[in-house]
Amino acid sequence: MAFLDLNNISKKFGAAAAVEDFSLEVQKGELVSFLGPSGCGKTTTLRVVAGFEIPTTGAVVLSGEDITRKPPHQRNVGMVFQAYALFPNMTVSENVGFGLKIAKKAREEIGRRVREMLDLIQMPQLGDRYPYQLSGGQQQRVALARALAVQPQVLLLDEPLSALDAKIRVELRSEIRSIQQRLAITTIYVTHDQEEALSISDRVVVMNAGRMEQVGAPYEIYNYPATPFVAGFVGTLNQLKCTVIDAAAGLLAHNGQRLKTGALIEQKEGALTVMLRPEQLHIGVVEGENQLSGKVESVAFLGSIIRIVVRIGEAFLTLDVLNKRGHTLPRVGDEVTLSFPPHACWVLPGP
Amino acid sequence: MRRAGVWAWLLFGLGMIYFFLPLIASFLFSLRKLQDRLSFEAYRLVFSDPGFAYSFGSSLRWAAFTIVISLLLVVPTVYWVHLRAPRFRPIVEFITLMPFVVPAVVLAFGLIRAYARPPLMLTSSPAILVGAYVVLSLPYMFRAVDNGLRAIDVRTLTEAAQSLGAGWVTVLWRVIFPNLRVALLSGMFLTFAIVVGEYTFAALLAWPAFGPYVVLTFQSKAYEAVALSTLSFGLTWASIGVIQWLGRGGPGQAQVAGAR
Repeated sequence: MAFLDLNNISKKFGAAAAVEDFSLEVQKGELVSFLGPSGCGKTTTLRVVAGFEIPTTGAVVLSGEDITRKPPHQRNVGMVFQAYALFPNMTVSENVGFGLKIAKKAREEIGRRVREMLDLIQMPQLGDRYPYQLSGGQQQRVALARALAVQPQVLLLDEPLSALDAKIRVELRSEIRSIQQRLAITTIYVTHDQEEALSISDRVVVMNAGRMEQVGAPYEIYNYPATPFVAGFVGTLNQLKCTVIDAAAGLLAHNGQRLKTGALIEQKEGALTVMLRPEQLHIGVVEGENQLSGKVESVAFLGSIIRIVVRIGEAFLTLDVLNKRGHTLPRVGDEVTLSFPPHACWVLPGP
Repeated sequence: MRRAGVWAWLLFGLGMIYFFLPLIASFLFSLRKLQDRLSFEAYRLVFSDPGFAYSFGSSLRWAAFTIVISLLLVVPTVYWVHLRAPRFRPIVEFITLMPFVVPAVVLAFGLIRAYARPPLMLTSSPAILVGAYVVLSLPYMFRAVDNGLRAIDVRTLTEAAQSLGAGWVTVLWRVIFPNLRVALLSGMFLTFAIVVGEYTFAALLAWPAFGPYVVLTFQSKAYEAVALSTLSFGLTWASIGVIQWLGRGGPGQAQVAGAR
């Protein structure tokens, strides 16, 4: 049996179902992200684990014990909130030591543990500050230390980086991951940011409209999306409407231009959609690959990559080119040929 | 900009004169007990009257009871409303405003009619006066606590404390109360000022209190009565000053709250 077992969880608020039929087994020491748009039920599911919501049906089992109806303060589950939620009347040290004080630990032990935690978040000098004297990033580190101080069995993070600037967000997410791995603490991480979920998770659960769409390693989720929703939500995706020419050979056509796919086509004829990741497309002719010709519509410089949109018939294809010095970029209006390997095509039935 | 500034100061000055002139006049009047010179004779006489200590002491006692009961009633209620039933906040607010709508005389007679006979005979106990004062203080106490709770993220702080192992009592005592310190003090001092200066209830329900004592003094001793009024004003201002002083800065403290 898994360390944390969510078994057929459903949660209804009145007639509306926030979460439906959610089952997940989380292994000890694993970091699992819940990824989805707002209102997809990811936070509700997290709150069920924390004990702030009691599921309408289903059970939460933590290391063999059914905790579905156990009040939050008896669960030994650490939580970090989007709004930091540090106690404004307490110093950093008092915040971090709060849980230990409640648990009636000896004073020396609290002091030792608080110092240990402040070292862990690299803020050993700031124990006497009040929350309002700290930056957002620092406050969230303290919130993390506070949640970890009581040595919870599970760590829950509810959009912990959403209120921070882009730069701090990237820094702090790798720090969270490294702390999580060092302590080997079982963690659930809720986010709507796909890049965040892909970069720090052992596994990602993609959710939509209260349901699980796909569960898998980041690599799997990105490269082998199981549903159109996952494909569209995780990363950028080009859609190309095609007609079937020869299903057995994987031959398709778009606007008079032929292309070949490695994917199995079950449809004998008619229209279908080919999905392509921007990084799979490149400019220029490559032998043995598919080729499509079109006109450059826009060129956007994004730093490490350059995003180019090419118009092919009625469709617009986005592609990313790595920014290398000395590279000549196509200009808007240029005629270009795009190449992509047959195995890059992901085929969806219907237009 | 410049012209607007001048006008603003002029209006402010007029307001101040309108407000302070009667107070200064009263104060000066209270110093004329001895016809030939200014003195604090009226104040000396007030303090040496045993009736002053008795009635003021009674009012202090009523104020203390009122504050304790009002806090115990309002804080958990408003906390609960914020946390679990925000829809009911306007209703609770409306109920607390009733003392502004119903005149004190009407309320007092209502209380006498309701509680002068079984099943609840309360008119012979000071509980009826304290109960009336709790109602009277509701708008101030509610507003103070409500503003205090709005200034902090009650729900998230509660959940954070719960996830760290704190039960309801611990959450209220260690997290909510300390962060409401200024708001609670504000409610307490306003309640104190109201109860100490109150006349109608104390007179109609016939319990010793400072308000009726001042009125009684007026009937025979003008200078002493004005001295008492001045003292009473000073006390109220001192209370408000204390709130402001306790509320200055401080880590994450809520602003001074209250319907003033």
